Amino acid sequence: MLSLELLFIPLFASLLILFAKGKAARALALVFTLIQLLVTGYAYTIYKANGGAAFEFTQAWVKSPVINIHFGVDGISLLMVMLTNLLLPLIVLSGFNREAKRPHIFYALMLFMQFALNGVFLSMDAFVYYIFWELALIPIYFIAFNWGDENRAKVTIKFFIYTLVGSLLMLFGFVFLYLSSPQHSLDWNTLTQFKTCSCNQTWLFWLLFAAFAIKIPIFPFHTWQPDTYKSAPTQGTMLLSGIMLKMGTYSLIKWLLPIVPDGFKEWQAVVITLSVIGIVYASIIAIMQTDLKRLFAYSSIAHVGLIAAGVFSFTQQGLQGSLAQMFAHGINVVGLFFCADIILSRTGTLQISNLGGIRNQNRLFSSLFLIVVLGSVALPLTNGFIGEFLLLYGVFEYNTWLSVFAGLTIILGAVYMLRMFQNVMSGPDSEHISSFPPLHWNEKLVLILIGGLIILTGVFPAPILELTQPAIDNLLK
Amino acid sequence: MLMEVLNLRKFIVPLAVIGLAVIFGLNLQDWNQPSTHFNDMLGVSNFSVAFSGLALFITLIILVMAGEYYTNDENHISDYVAILIFITAGAMMMMSFNNLVMMFLGIETLSIALYALAGSKRFDTRSNEAGFKYFLMGSFASAILLFGIALVYGSVHSFHLSLIASFISENSTLPPMFITGVILIGFAMLFKVSAAPFHFWAPDVYEGAPALITAFMSTLVKIAGFAALYRLVTIGFNNGTPQTDQMLYVVAILTLLTGNLSALAQDNFKRLMAYSGISHAGYMLLIVLSAKSNVSSTLFYYSAAYAVAGLAAFSVALPVFKSTGSELLSAFNGLGKKNPVMAAGLTMAMIGMAGIPPFAGFFGKFYLFTKAFESGLFYIVLLAVINSMIGVYYYFKVIMAMYGKQPDETQIENPLSYQLVMWVCTALSLLWGIVPSLLTDLLL
Repeated sequence: MLSLELLFIPLFASLLILFAKGKAARALALVFTLIQLLVTGYAYTIYKANGGAAFEFTQAWVKSPVINIHFGVDGISLLMVMLTNLLLPLIVLSGFNREAKRPHIFYALMLFMQFALNGVFLSMDAFVYYIFWELALIPIYFIAFNWGDENRAKVTIKFFIYTLVGSLLMLFGFVFLYLSSPQHSLDWNTLTQFKTCSCNQTWLFWLLFAAFAIKIPIFPFHTWQPDTYKSAPTQGTMLLSGIMLKMGTYSLIKWLLPIVPDGFKEWQAVVITLSVIGIVYASIIAIMQTDLKRLFAYSSIAHVGLIAAGVFSFTQQGLQGSLAQMFAHGINVVGLFFCADIILSRTGTLQISNLGGIRNQNRLFSSLFLIVVLGSVALPLTNGFIGEFLLLYGVFEYNTWLSVFAGLTIILGAVYMLRMFQNVMSGPDSEHISSFPPLHWNEKLVLILIGGLIILTGVFPAPILELTQPAIDNLLK
Repeated sequence: MLMEVLNLRKFIVPLAVIGLAVIFGLNLQDWNQPSTHFNDMLGVSNFSVAFSGLALFITLIILVMAGEYYTNDENHISDYVAILIFITAGAMMMMSFNNLVMMFLGIETLSIALYALAGSKRFDTRSNEAGFKYFLMGSFASAILLFGIALVYGSVHSFHLSLIASFISENSTLPPMFITGVILIGFAMLFKVSAAPFHFWAPDVYEGAPALITAFMSTLVKIAGFAALYRLVTIGFNNGTPQTDQMLYVVAILTLLTGNLSALAQDNFKRLMAYSGISHAGYMLLIVLSAKSNVSSTLFYYSAAYAVAGLAAFSVALPVFKSTGSELLSAFNGLGKKNPVMAAGLTMAMIGMAGIPPFAGFFGKFYLFTKAFESGLFYIVLLAVINSMIGVYYYFKVIMAMYGKQPDETQIENPLSYQLVMWVCTALSLLWGIVPSLLTDLLL
């Protein structure tokens, strides 16, 4: 039953916030996301990692075609639920000193998004899962469209259509699976036990994979991403990059791999190669970027490319690493975009060449930013390290040469991140930075919490690995 | 008319609404009590009761809006209301006929009333054009229909659907006269539901007709056409002969493509709805094509979902047209700032039409794809999936106009009855989307 509470707290909050005014809206949003975080924490403490599903809830929904509402978590989905509900309060808090127009709608959409994201991670029936998958798209579309910058109309419709194309193909695949399954059911347990013949899995794989690849995004499906990240409001970008793209990587493990295992193995080589190409390609483009937000967007493509490559290496280390890295990347990328937003709000520019010398103005911000940057270049003892290490190990077990290329991500990542940091924070004082006002309390709090999480999960990654271990063992069986 | 004489025009609309509500209740009493009337010309079954209920509901909603829509034209309101109810009567005949003659009568009752309404803005040339065009094309289609019926009668020696069905099953090779007749009937029906390539009248007529009538046409008339077509195919033609199936297959593909691709280029809301209606006709043809796997509940669900989304959209569009004096998409510019509630209502209607959860339109599409897939229509379902992606783009054009563009000076007046319709339809769309069994279990 706990899964129902996890779902309905944000939904209820979202409806409530719709009727709140001004500052009350964001205060309410913060309160409810914190309550949700507490419930998630409680769920974590009572969850027994044994590979099976917990907190299950089943309810018949539609008689013909047979659809049952089925929620539940295993270690993998619980990790994602934790990530979602951990980031949401931070994202809400990061907007406390920003004035959004019509805040009640903004935060209502954000909480609705949380509802849909939790739904995606909790669903154990493919149909219910699909509904939440689509539902998550609507609030983020409106957040990006209503609160984005001047290019938003073109960019957001591209994003929307692009992702919807993927999801409709996935729906088509699910309809096929429904009709070919002997019991006529889309339940996760049924779908993973019954295996359609490998002749069908060949193309079913691509129907499902298209949806996930676009969401992640894997090269060459990534073209919507940099523009959308750039033009969405920062909190929207945090939602997109921190949580929403994890829907894709999570689905690779939870839905794609167990449902079409033969197709998965058949196309493994192709997808890993694509992912590795994407890593190198995005890293090189990231080096060229002059805009801070676009740089982070491309670095994100490189990171998730490595995550996808790890999943498709189909080794224990690769899968473990991908989950650890999803968790880490969610935290880091939210931190990065938040730092970009702080810089933008104070200097009015995101052009790297226009920035410089912020460290002299604000030591605290500079140190916190450094921690986030180090986390995302995967320095040992930060959270990025364990994930990337395991991922590269997994890819190495699959193929040595690919792992060499994939390993470039660490080197290239260090190049563009550290160079960016050097140009923006140290370096000579730029004329744009006459003053850099100190951080607000909420900015300080968010950055300190993110920095703390980066170091904490970097030093003690064991709880994350232990949480997902049994579920991954099940998958590999 | 009597009311007119007694100068009680004010009461016409409420009285008609109450009357329709009573008929709605009486209609429901026939549930699970199949019977035949008028010497077996009409057959009441759960199918016809459900669809008639939907027809009455749509008329009721339209009448609620009509009271407001015709405030400046009170002298003629009794005519309008009477003609609207005529259309409903025709539609109900089309939903429950057992006999080709009755079907023809239903279609004519509906069409003739509609020709009059389409041209009912006497001093507006576009409305005149719409009425005239619709009349010419429609009567041509009726002639073809009649010719087809005659040919079928010539071979079967009866108008009765069950006798036609047994004629098909008794003869292994069907006489060419019969097949020609069936195909001609098919042409005429496809014209009525505006399927490509018989769709050319629809955009012009939708654009020219008064907006309220457009709303009525795009919901009730289309649904009645499909109910009749479905009844004809399932009861009369034994779930479709190979010839009709081939024809419908080609027409469905054409309709999907024409409707969606043409809709992309529209900047007039009514034309957009016309083309979106054509594309929905394409989807509904898929249902008719999969008639073998008992899809009456799918057709009913899809129709109901389509109707409430369409009515909700028009309940926002009508006051916007009236206040801005324009029927272009640009009339919606900045509605999100001017009137957030109306904008939210239209947004939900558009999302529902595009078939995105949690609205009923999504389940309609899902059922449709599942059923068509089950009947082996693999490639056309894939085509329909691709088309629903295209659909999203033009539905979102409306949403983008509301939120993305700067508002102009005009204030939007939104009278109570429109608001009521918007809320009722949106709530139903959401309710049916969350608890679809409310409708789907009716016709199992």
